[in-house]
Amino acid sequence: MKEEIIIAGFGGQGVLSMGKILAYSGVMQDMEVSWMPSYGPEMRGGTANVTVILSDEKISSPILHEFDTAIILNQQSLDKFEPQVKPGGMLIYDGNGITKHPSRKDISIYRIDATEEAAKMRSSKTFNMIVLGGYLKVKPVVEIENVIKGLKKSLPDRHHHLIPINQKAIERGMGIVQTVQELVQA
Amino acid sequence: MRELKLMKGNEAIAQAAIRCGADGYFGYPITPQSEIMETLMAEAPWDTTGMVVLQAESEIASINMVYGGAGCGKKVMTSSSSPGISLMQEGLTYLAGSELPCVVVNVVRGGPGLGTIQPAQSDYFQAVKGGGHGDYKLITLAPASVQEMADFVEIAFDLAFKYRNPAMILSDGVIGQMMEKVELAEQKPRWTMEYIEKNHTWATTGKKKGQERRVITSVQLESSVQEEFNFKLQAKYREIEKNEVLYEKIMCDDAEYLFVAYGSSARICQKAIEIARSKGIKAGMLRPITLYPFPIQQLQELAKQVKGMLSVEMSAGQMVEDVRLAVNGKVPVEHYGRFGGTIHSPNEVVEALEQKLIGG
Amino acid sequence: MADTYTIISPENLVYKKTDLLLDNVMHYCPGCSHGTVHKLIAEVIDEMGIQESTIGIAPVGCSVLAYNYIDIDWQEAAHGRAPALATAVKRLMPDKIVFSYQGDGDLAAIGTAETIHACNRGENIVMVFINNGIYGMTGGQMAPTTLPGMPASTCPTGRDVKRDGNPLKITELLAQLPGTCFVTRHSVHTPGNVRKTKKALRKAFENQLANKGTSLVEVVSTCSSGWKMTPVQSNKWMEENMLPYYPLGDIKDE
Repeated sequence: MKEEIIIAGFGGQGVLSMGKILAYSGVMQDMEVSWMPSYGPEMRGGTANVTVILSDEKISSPILHEFDTAIILNQQSLDKFEPQVKPGGMLIYDGNGITKHPSRKDISIYRIDATEEAAKMRSSKTFNMIVLGGYLKVKPVVEIENVIKGLKKSLPDRHHHLIPINQKAIERGMGIVQTVQELVQA
Repeated sequence: MRELKLMKGNEAIAQAAIRCGADGYFGYPITPQSEIMETLMAEAPWDTTGMVVLQAESEIASINMVYGGAGCGKKVMTSSSSPGISLMQEGLTYLAGSELPCVVVNVVRGGPGLGTIQPAQSDYFQAVKGGGHGDYKLITLAPASVQEMADFVEIAFDLAFKYRNPAMILSDGVIGQMMEKVELAEQKPRWTMEYIEKNHTWATTGKKKGQERRVITSVQLESSVQEEFNFKLQAKYREIEKNEVLYEKIMCDDAEYLFVAYGSSARICQKAIEIARSKGIKAGMLRPITLYPFPIQQLQELAKQVKGMLSVEMSAGQMVEDVRLAVNGKVPVEHYGRFGGTIHSPNEVVEALEQKLIGG
Repeated sequence: MADTYTIISPENLVYKKTDLLLDNVMHYCPGCSHGTVHKLIAEVIDEMGIQESTIGIAPVGCSVLAYNYIDIDWQEAAHGRAPALATAVKRLMPDKIVFSYQGDGDLAAIGTAETIHACNRGENIVMVFINNGIYGMTGGQMAPTTLPGMPASTCPTGRDVKRDGNPLKITELLAQLPGTCFVTRHSVHTPGNVRKTKKALRKAFENQLANKGTSLVEVVSTCSSGWKMTPVQSNKWMEENMLPYYPLGDIKDE
């Protein structure tokens, strides 16, 4: 198994930490992982993205030009990364603020209205965990118990009381993800 | 098995420094390597191992603090990124000229000038050709993973002390900023003063009665003495070249085309090999792990086998000169690389191989 | 007439150079202040019994070879960087005694940042500052402390403050920093001044033993070769010109 993922959105949406939790979940599941951020001025309010690779085998390049999965959290990132999804791959996006929706026919597309759901939950900080839940529902690359272990590892001890609400957000995300188009696996 | 942790290359450097029993770190913040000092300060090793960590007023001060500490026979290090490493060149030539061991980490970013904070490999010349004035070399190690960032700290210290010469870990913004699984070594104790006094008799630890005084210096006003010293240095470098070459061969057995790449470019080339082979191109790679000493012999051997070599580096073409010198015209050697903070993708590397060497 | 050989005997000994001052012939010019200050430092280290734990940091300048004259462990720094070396040596070996020995170009021009920040951190070290208002080793160029109107090879008609800026009173500046505990200015051109300088040096080293922070001892000095005067003329010129600008005495003593 090898899953090459790009997570992209605005700085402040928890893009990097979602990637880190996903990567740590992979570590907990004995997988090889890499987490490669685009770092720099973008971190402060501009676009932020991170490439996460989970694999049963040693990972070669942490820098990729195409992805199995794109997790997209704003319009700019959608415009940039939709063309970089491998044919047959998947794209999952938050519909908030999206005016030009994904249009490719050769990939599976899912929508998760996580911004809206996080507002309903009155917990904007769990936004990224809702998205993660949606992704894991569609593509269960790591088991939820390993995600919880990953959360424990990547959160400092003083934030461990937030694990239950994050777990709830993941479950909520699994519940609200919608299929826009699904390719039938050959 | 020891615990596997997920961390950035920069954090791995800091953790490894503490665990290998380093005595001191002196540094100045610069992107993309500030996590090294931040991690050290957060770990507060002065309370556990007694390691000194100090934020200096500049890279010039940092490297000279390293000089002072190295002169005492202590395991000391600094880290910076390209513009800061340029400022350290004075200190590095003095360290080499005084035959002092230390470790310097360069997490390279794009230049010239203030440049960009994005990754690059354009400090190759500066690292392997000396960098400052005079005839000297830095032992240069190029990690290609977060695990190697951790492992190379101790290897660099060992080589530095074995040859009494500065060692550089030449990394880049990719390896520094990315997170991978790391297995950290067990904590080693710092050297005691007794150990240092016994094993590093050259170190200025205070002149005991009946002992000759120790002088750490690089000044020889008499040119014949200076030349003699230079002969000694050169003999040392020949020893290093004979004994310490490290490299990795990937898919070389049947290779018709060879990538030569180090650090993050070597990772990208591994993927490029997969893509090339899926297209029926028999590609392989020689990854120099030590950039100085350079794997000259290994390249000469491979030149008998392959049809051409592509030096892939995030620079306008630096290491390619050493590949060409090693191969000495036996096979075509070309360069490919994005630079100025832009990273080539695996498919771009394959396209370059096809265009420059295969002729497609 | 008494045979001189009968006079040279232990019971007639009235003065003996400290063993710490090595027998190497000094390269300094006649009348230079370096030799006197070297001797005082050697005596202080000897009298305090700290030879085995003292590490000196030599500068770039005329005293680049200071390590040839005092029998202790030494490190020779790049130009201006002695305070950075001293910082690391002291922090890595806190039970050792560390001093830097620097000229005006080294301490107050190229090494200004290292000087100020070492003092500002209150590094527990001694800094000995030789201020002769000129670059001696490189052949008499203008220094940061060259007086207005004073000629040097790079200001042959004299220092023009409009062009070259004012002489830097770095010692007064360093006294402002909370990290310094003892900042004082002396000279060695008369026996009385030599005694006062030695006392100041002793105090500076004692401050370090007491972990009090940075002690800076400036010695206003002569450079007969650079000033193109005889040693006697140099002493007189220094008294009449340097000392009014760089007045002697303690600036800070806490």
